[in-house]
Amino acid sequence: MKRTLPLVIVFCSGILLIIQHFIPSEESEFLYTYALDWIITVGVYAIMLGIWSLIRVTVNKARRDPGERFYAITTLAGFSFMVLTGWRAESLHAGSIFMTAFNYILIPIQATIFSLLAFYVASASYRAFRARSALATVLLLTAFIVMLRLIPLGPISKANNWLVGWILMVPNLAASRAIILGVGLGMIATSMKIILGIERKYLGGD
Amino acid sequence: MAFYDNMIDIDRRWIYLVLALAVMIPAIIPFTVPVAVTPEVNDIFQFVDTLEAGDYMFLGIDYDPSSMAELHPMCRAIMAHCFSKDINLIMCSLSQNGQGMAEQIIDEISARYNKKSGEDYCFLGYKPYFALVILTMGLNFRVTYPNDVYGVSLDEMPVMDGIRNYNDCAGVIGFESGNIADAWIAYANGRYDTPVALGVTGVMAANYYPYLQTGQLFGLMPGMKGAAEYETLFKQRLERLPEKDPSEDERMVARESMAYQTTSHIVILFFIIISNIGFFLSRKHEKKII
Repeated sequence: MKRTLPLVIVFCSGILLIIQHFIPSEESEFLYTYALDWIITVGVYAIMLGIWSLIRVTVNKARRDPGERFYAITTLAGFSFMVLTGWRAESLHAGSIFMTAFNYILIPIQATIFSLLAFYVASASYRAFRARSALATVLLLTAFIVMLRLIPLGPISKANNWLVGWILMVPNLAASRAIILGVGLGMIATSMKIILGIERKYLGGD
Repeated sequence: MAFYDNMIDIDRRWIYLVLALAVMIPAIIPFTVPVAVTPEVNDIFQFVDTLEAGDYMFLGIDYDPSSMAELHPMCRAIMAHCFSKDINLIMCSLSQNGQGMAEQIIDEISARYNKKSGEDYCFLGYKPYFALVILTMGLNFRVTYPNDVYGVSLDEMPVMDGIRNYNDCAGVIGFESGNIADAWIAYANGRYDTPVALGVTGVMAANYYPYLQTGQLFGLMPGMKGAAEYETLFKQRLERLPEKDPSEDERMVARESMAYQTTSHIVILFFIIISNIGFFLSRKHEKKII
């Protein structure tokens, strides 16, 4: 029963939502709205579970590993601070403690960390883009042409822009479309396996 | 160690130093870079430009501070373009930190054009589970967002009077730094047939060209270059206006930033060339020995 009931719920929900997609009527729209409401409600509980999990894992880490204690306390302090200062609608107005913390702590932290990526990219491209083989040469030339698009080269710029457009709209598009179609078919296959109860890993255990 | 061996084994700290110096050049000696406008950015501009005063646009401001360098300028330019034409905006954020990003731009641009929340625009704020939010907004904005981000009921807002879902908006423009972009295409366009355009980070752009060709996207703005192109078109429009526009004296951030991007790209290309010359010379030398 413990395993059969979830399988029945998944099967019925999946089949019903597939059917309603292909039958546009008032009843099917009601069913669709009702299902979305349910998913949001379940999602809200998942957030609570996530918060509980974060607190539990962090507290355990602080207890067990003295080396991690400082980071664990910082995580919990940051989490508590943002929750306490940001739970009211007014906290979103400019000048509030929440928005001040967001603007002057979170934004600089994230922007700085991401900016460092430019240095790693420069170093990595220096080491990786070498014409070691025919395929590597193709990659190197493509990267070179695409990067040149951002540099003003006078009369060459127009031809280069056209070439970049061609690269993006022909070879890149062909490869991307193949990947997208493959992923899409894979998603359909996985969904069907879940709905029909063939794939049961989400239930835990085997 | 031969000189060509040094060329393929430069210490990464030298690369970091040269790149840091190159990024400083435009700050010391400011210069501008000519920006050629691509059709995919022009399509977004023309879409917004052909709307009438009182029309509605939906903006999804779904990026975090890590991507603000690329996406903030394009979001700012489009919002200014819409407000300059008295187009009403409905906005949401589907990433946790996107709400703060949106707040920054809304505060700045709405003050510049004297636009009021609830009268000229409605900011819905952040809700988790982006795919569900996009799907439910296709039925009715009020399903997921009974109130705006400031707690005001959507039913009490003049700007939301008679506005139910995407069908009441001319289209959706999403500013995306992650897979929320796919959800806008799959659900807003695929399910509800809403015209969708995206502003994405430079590294994401190549993945979205297939959707542009199929017409699932009516436009695509890739990275800072895309933002600079939009700013160029917006600036040209402002220059044609008979009256002065509040944005006329504002900085065009992406166009200015193109100088920084250009110098850093030149440095990267320079190092790639150096490494390949060194690589070929060392291989030639190895063959001679054999």
